[in-house]
Amino acid sequence: MNFKKILPQLLTLVVVVLVFGFFSYNAQVNMENRGITFGYGFLSQESSFDVQFSLIEYDGSHSYFRAYLVGLLNTILVSVIGIIFATIIGVVVGIARLSSNYLIERTAAIYVEFFRNIPLLLQIFFWYFAALRALPLPEKAEPMFGVFFLTIKGFFVPAFVWNNLDIFVYSVIAAIIAIVFVRIYAKKKQENQGIQTPVLSISIGFLIILPLLSFFLGGVDATVEIPVIKQLSQTSFTYEGGLKLPPELISLALALSLYTATFIAECVRAGVQGVSKGQKEAAASIGLTPNQVLKLVVMPQALRIIIPPTTNQYLNLTKNSSLAAAIAYPDLVLVFAGTALMQTGRAIEIVSITMLTYLTLSITISIFMNWYNKKIAIKEK
Amino acid sequence: MFKLVKRLTSVVAMFAVLFAFTTETMAAKKSKTLKNTQKKGFVRCGVSQGLPGFSNADAAGNWTGVDVDVCRAVAAAVLGDASKVKFTPLSAKERFTALTSNEIDILSRNTTWTLSRDADIGLTFVGVNFYDGQGFMVRKNSGISSVNDFKAGVSACTNLGTTTELNMRDFFNSKGIKYEPVTFEKADEVVAAYDAGRCDTYTTDKSGLAAQRIKLSNPDDHMVLPETISKEPLGPVVRQGDSVWEDIVRWSLNTMIEAEEYGVSSANADMMKTSDNPAVKRLVGAEGELGAALGLDNEWSLRIIKQVGNYGESYKRNIADTGILPDRGPNELWTKGGILYVPPAR
Repeated sequence: MNFKKILPQLLTLVVVVLVFGFFSYNAQVNMENRGITFGYGFLSQESSFDVQFSLIEYDGSHSYFRAYLVGLLNTILVSVIGIIFATIIGVVVGIARLSSNYLIERTAAIYVEFFRNIPLLLQIFFWYFAALRALPLPEKAEPMFGVFFLTIKGFFVPAFVWNNLDIFVYSVIAAIIAIVFVRIYAKKKQENQGIQTPVLSISIGFLIILPLLSFFLGGVDATVEIPVIKQLSQTSFTYEGGLKLPPELISLALALSLYTATFIAECVRAGVQGVSKGQKEAAASIGLTPNQVLKLVVMPQALRIIIPPTTNQYLNLTKNSSLAAAIAYPDLVLVFAGTALMQTGRAIEIVSITMLTYLTLSITISIFMNWYNKKIAIKEK
Repeated sequence: MFKLVKRLTSVVAMFAVLFAFTTETMAAKKSKTLKNTQKKGFVRCGVSQGLPGFSNADAAGNWTGVDVDVCRAVAAAVLGDASKVKFTPLSAKERFTALTSNEIDILSRNTTWTLSRDADIGLTFVGVNFYDGQGFMVRKNSGISSVNDFKAGVSACTNLGTTTELNMRDFFNSKGIKYEPVTFEKADEVVAAYDAGRCDTYTTDKSGLAAQRIKLSNPDDHMVLPETISKEPLGPVVRQGDSVWEDIVRWSLNTMIEAEEYGVSSANADMMKTSDNPAVKRLVGAEGELGAALGLDNEWSLRIIKQVGNYGESYKRNIADTGILPDRGPNELWTKGGILYVPPAR
């Protein structure tokens, strides 16, 4: 009786094991026949290739593992930028779609329909080559505010050169801790006495005052390094000093956020429309201001509908960032599953690591969003 | 429960033994690749995604180029018809995996012969059909006339996953110049980005630079610098472990070069059967039993020369007459001041 229940489970397990066993055994035999060795030892070997843009110190004398980290960090960077901008644009457009102003509503609708119905790879190519066509050469770039230079070779911005950066970082951390305490205190006060505390202005105050103090008392010092034009040959120029964002990063982030924002906008619209009209009317009838209605009544309920599908969009954006290889942005796929794979020839090892990395990234985002979703869910008391 | 586990392991073991047995017997046969090719009736050849002069498809889908001719020569030798080739265009990234995973049988795709590729990843290089070297292309009006004119901060566009990336680093490091490598997966994007001004220079094999220059919006505004920073012997590759197939591809290529050396061309091959020179007679199959050693008939080399032509004809047709590299440079016969030198067919 019990056995009958277990039997289908066992059979499934057997099939899974056999299929996996067959493929790994086959791969082993084939690799042996062709004289291919298997192993992860190559990760510590010298990579001997350079990468154009990296968040950590890297050149060809570092290991393949370091090259992997460079690619991973670049993937995370473009994903984070993409997610932030996609969310902002998505929320704005989503709310614009609900506007009673006909022009605003139509513009938002056209934007959504246009961008979500064109393949992403095409959009990436469009933004990249449009950027390359539209942006000026370094010597012809008009400075923005005298210090920003947007050119075909990248966006050159001033960089801070810090003294005692660690003290500054501690002051910011201290400010954040203070804000957390203020919030806890304010919540208790409201629950016990019904008095509201202006948490937002106090928080901003902390964030400004504490880091400022670190400048005057902590010996923190920052000077600004402004990019300066440099001549490479009779007709070609570039900028030196400051920080450089490659055009590949800018166009990829732009394409990813504009594309994903359309889906997020629809999630937001659905979420707000999902809150019944009676809720707003009831809230207004007890004397809440329109701002309070939105903040205290509509948004908490709308978020519950918005979060789960938006999580999917964040995951999609992260995975879509792998299209970077097409336009030379050195992400994980280009650096590790591209150049490193080619130079070592270790296809199985590198592809398996890359797959596992994307899996980990996606699961991390999922776990975070699920935690957030639970946090804002209705807690029945 | 225990019985079930026991049975399970025995089933797995049975499967394992079965697979071990089948792979063993297949490897024991003489040349699996030759047999499969004859059974299929066409040669499976991996080529580039479009490099004029080496492997390039026209509007009708006909492939031409010196790399293409190597595969055609093998088809003429093995199947008797140089047109029986199935071409698979591959990116630099895909090429070796396609070969080792049995998607193709010859990789003839302007591929540089290096130690690690030859020894480490299950490949065997069979020869060299083009001696190349890495160079740089720049804008003529830049005033750069030599690689010594590059300054720190220079940005260089190139292809992903090639020896180019490694040579470039070695070169700029030896000069102590900090540079910005911009690497694309496909050659077309490299050309477009360089053309737009994203990069100050475009670096790849010199033959590639010459071929890609034609695709730029104003080819005359650009030039290739005289220096060569690396050795790039390009040649066909086969899978490791099938020495008969390896020999067939190697000697198909050698036949084309040797034919040029002895003045045997597609036009006069039949007449050469009655030549006084025994080396020439062996080359056209009128003497000796060279084909049998490769598992082929004795007319194999004659068919290569008649259908594909000798190396000189192939070079003229694909590279010289198309204006890519009219001067043969090192790819001239050793008897005429070049370095093309192949072992004798005897």
